[in-house]
Amino acid sequence: MIKTPILAAAAMAFAGAAFADEMEYMPPVTHAATLEECSACHMAYPAGFLPPQSWKVMMATLDNHFGENAGLDEEMRVEIEKYLVANAGRDRSGDGAAPQRISDLPWFRHEHEEEVSKRQFEKAKSWANCTACHKKAEKGVFEDD
Amino acid sequence: MKYLLILPLCLLAPPLAAQSTTPADLIANYAAEAGVAASAERGQALFTASHTGGKPDTPSCTTCHGADPRAGGLARTGKPIEPLAPSANPERLTDLKFVEKWFGRNCNSVLGRDCTSAEKADVIAWLASL
Repeated sequence: MIKTPILAAAAMAFAGAAFADEMEYMPPVTHAATLEECSACHMAYPAGFLPPQSWKVMMATLDNHFGENAGLDEEMRVEIEKYLVANAGRDRSGDGAAPQRISDLPWFRHEHEEEVSKRQFEKAKSWANCTACHKKAEKGVFEDD
Repeated sequence: MKYLLILPLCLLAPPLAAQSTTPADLIANYAAEAGVAASAERGQALFTASHTGGKPDTPSCTTCHGADPRAGGLARTGKPIEPLAPSANPERLTDLKFVEKWFGRNCNSVLGRDCTSAEKADVIAWLASL
């Protein structure tokens, strides 16, 4: 009898871990400036999807942000970088690399590879367009829809 | 009770993106800076041309904004872009800081350099004429 709640707690912890490992929930951006500036051209991606060193490189190369100039004034740039680095994810590669494109990360590819039909992708236009399929992405929910 | 007094003041306050300018003011100010009268024709030519000096993914303003500024465009990310022509989107060209930020970014993406004041006056003159 005593064991039941412990087992239940363990099961919940396990489910939570699986949930986190598949990146089905990632806390959404709450910082007002980051939300505003980073959602001008795409959804403001949760900081936890990239490790801190990725955000440092990204915020230092906004003059060529995936093929476009996304420059900010210095005060804003520093403020946003601070937020992203403070809320970054762990370094899943473990080698200190600074990946830039979330959609190139192994877990992203694994999660999307056989899930997304050609028609779905054509509708979304780009891997950048999370909300095309994940309707609650802006709330941090990336469950399979 | 204090809140009841504040409420009517809030209703009178301007919306969040306060209007700081108008298309006509922008055209006049950029043209004055340039010392040349604005030309909607030149603006249209600049907007619709394919350029080679900028980033390869964005050879033209129309790459993302589409060929008709009265219609919306589509960012390379799949995100819709609201129309640029004030006749279709009255919020456009009413916030100087916003206008400067996006000319700064997009001229560098498309042309590989800042736009001149004359070019800004021309493009806005065209957008405002539609």
